[in-house]
Amino acid sequence: MQDFNLGIGQAADAVVNYVLDHFMPALDIVSAVIGFVTGGIQSALTALPAVVVIALIALLALWRVSWKFALFAVASLFLIMGMGLWDRMMETLSLVLAATVVAIVIGVPLGIAMARSNAVQLVVRPVLDLMQTMPAFVYLIPAAMFFGLGAVPGTIATVIFSMPPVVRLTNLGIRQVHSEFIEAGQAFGCTPAQLLVKVQIPNALPSIMAGINQTIMLSLSMVVIASMIGAGGLGNTVLTGIQRLDVGTGFEGGLAVVILAVLLDRLTQSFGQKQAAGFSLRQLFGRPAAAPAAETKAGPNVQPATHG
Amino acid sequence: MEAQTTTTGVGAVEPEVKIALRNVFKVFGSNPEAAVKMVHEGRSKDEIHAQTGCTVGVNNATFDIHAGEIFVIMGLSGSGKSTLLRLINRLIEPTAGEILVNGQDVTKMSKAELTELRRRDMSMVFQSFALLPNRTVLENAAFGLEVAGVAEAERREKAMAALQGVGLAAYADSRPDQLSGGMKQRVGLARALASEPSVLLMDEAFSALDPLIRTEMQDELLRLQSEQSRTIVFVSHDLDEAMRIGDRIAIMQHGVVVQVGTPDEIVMNPANDYVRSFFRNVDVSQVFRAGDIARETQVTLIERKGQAVASALERMRRHDRDVAIVVGRDKKYHGMVSSDSLASAARSGDADPYHRAFLKDVRPIAAWETLSDVMGRVAQSPFPVPVVDDTNRYLGSISKSTLLMSLDRSGN
Repeated sequence: MQDFNLGIGQAADAVVNYVLDHFMPALDIVSAVIGFVTGGIQSALTALPAVVVIALIALLALWRVSWKFALFAVASLFLIMGMGLWDRMMETLSLVLAATVVAIVIGVPLGIAMARSNAVQLVVRPVLDLMQTMPAFVYLIPAAMFFGLGAVPGTIATVIFSMPPVVRLTNLGIRQVHSEFIEAGQAFGCTPAQLLVKVQIPNALPSIMAGINQTIMLSLSMVVIASMIGAGGLGNTVLTGIQRLDVGTGFEGGLAVVILAVLLDRLTQSFGQKQAAGFSLRQLFGRPAAAPAAETKAGPNVQPATHG
Repeated sequence: MEAQTTTTGVGAVEPEVKIALRNVFKVFGSNPEAAVKMVHEGRSKDEIHAQTGCTVGVNNATFDIHAGEIFVIMGLSGSGKSTLLRLINRLIEPTAGEILVNGQDVTKMSKAELTELRRRDMSMVFQSFALLPNRTVLENAAFGLEVAGVAEAERREKAMAALQGVGLAAYADSRPDQLSGGMKQRVGLARALASEPSVLLMDEAFSALDPLIRTEMQDELLRLQSEQSRTIVFVSHDLDEAMRIGDRIAIMQHGVVVQVGTPDEIVMNPANDYVRSFFRNVDVSQVFRAGDIARETQVTLIERKGQAVASALERMRRHDRDVAIVVGRDKKYHGMVSSDSLASAARSGDADPYHRAFLKDVRPIAAWETLSDVMGRVAQSPFPVPVVDDTNRYLGSISKSTLLMSLDRSGN
């Protein structure tokens, strides 16, 4: 029994109910858009024969990373096929890609807005903290209430959880662009829009790519949870394993998730780097994480001494 | 407020004013009005900072920059020189005052007018080059034109021409990080010149370079300037650099422009101890020219027809001089005689005793030669060495002691 209760729980209930009563058309539009993205990616990926997908990924790995990594990619993808999880994996991949696309479309502009205005940063920051730390199950339920079961609420829940890094790192990357680059842009007559497109974004790109990489990783870690509301994919396999106490099935699903994570991580990281490292004898797993701090060394080698 | 000596160039004709600063202030902080008021009341920078929390970056700057000159703004770090430079193209907003470029007040320009000015007529070179790393050398050189909306083919052509001008056409497709510091700054220069601006702002442009490369770049700048005369405002903390390339120099201290003048004017009449202190480490022999230190302390003999040698010898004896300078009535230098050579010429009964008496190995020094050029000759000569101007007119002479006294100026 409680004597003192602020009634925050009731308030949240009321908000959810109010949204359900009054904003259904808007939610339907959101649902349709995200359904289109997820569905499109999914049908495109599943339409391709497995061998073609493996060949494409191998070529990408060869171009961007190294022949060793390409070899690893081919072997691991055949392993997934061997476990009979190919279709599940493609579902998961399409969910991850859809969530990433949505996260980038919303997150990069939001990050740019944060970088340009301290007021926006002040407002958005706590929201990002909330998105990252609020237990996923808490918003999984309203997501299912708003959007029903299936891939759409799965994507939305995944976006909520995985978007913060790309927003944060876009903001950080743009704020960290060396002030002399900004001055140079302005001194040569850039408008604010030109400054953004020609100076700030290109120089913030390594940091933005690191954010996208993190977003992909987080959305992969969300797929198991999202499968609880019918998002499908490898999460289902893991979930089945858990529910039936079938360790073997659960392990297979988990292993496939890990393989997908490694492939996506190395491939997306390679796009954050200056040049493709393909064909180099770089150690397969020995690559340093694409931390923003490591990227800033691409800036001018002389510090802006003494602006007298 | 400290005295501001504004001096026009050497010529008698008033030069065309390109950029005029009138009572320009820059105050950093939240309460600039109060700070400017305190400046007018004559309070010090420290007092103002203590009371308002504001820092006075530029304090009441008023001077003219002439068309086609290299105008150096010099001062120690923190003196406000880079801030002053950035006020001219409004990378930093001035707090008060007028900045007239071609008679137009930059401080009152709209955003669009300012953008237009920066695109067409005023560009900048940075200390740390600020080349965009994601672009090739050519794309960097074309940056200003690209921003201004110049068509692809035309901007490639102009950027290529600018790269050719600095000798880097072969590196057009390289990335900035593949170039050395000197080459990077050449690209920076090409980028600034590609849009053919009439004003070039250079912020410590050569300070990050090795001394040898720095000299090379200074020469490059002077060569470019001789080909196509622009108004260059050059910020430097290096007096040698300022003296070397500057037509005129403004010296800043704590945000105040304490002196404006030609290098010679500043060296000879420093406005205060701060300005004087700059010369402690300066090689005066590079700054002073023979004409600056030549003194008319020698006996001059005016050559006339049928002149007796006796009176000349008498004058030399009276002034206790071993040698005398022989000049024409128009003060043109004819030669130098010693009392011995003149006496023996007179004894031989020559009709033209002076010419016979001229000391053979005395060659006059041209007024424009620097002290470092003439040091050896003055040291080797047993007598003071005469100095003449371009028209061979006698200006005075330099003795060993005059030379030493002049060089000693660096020490006080």
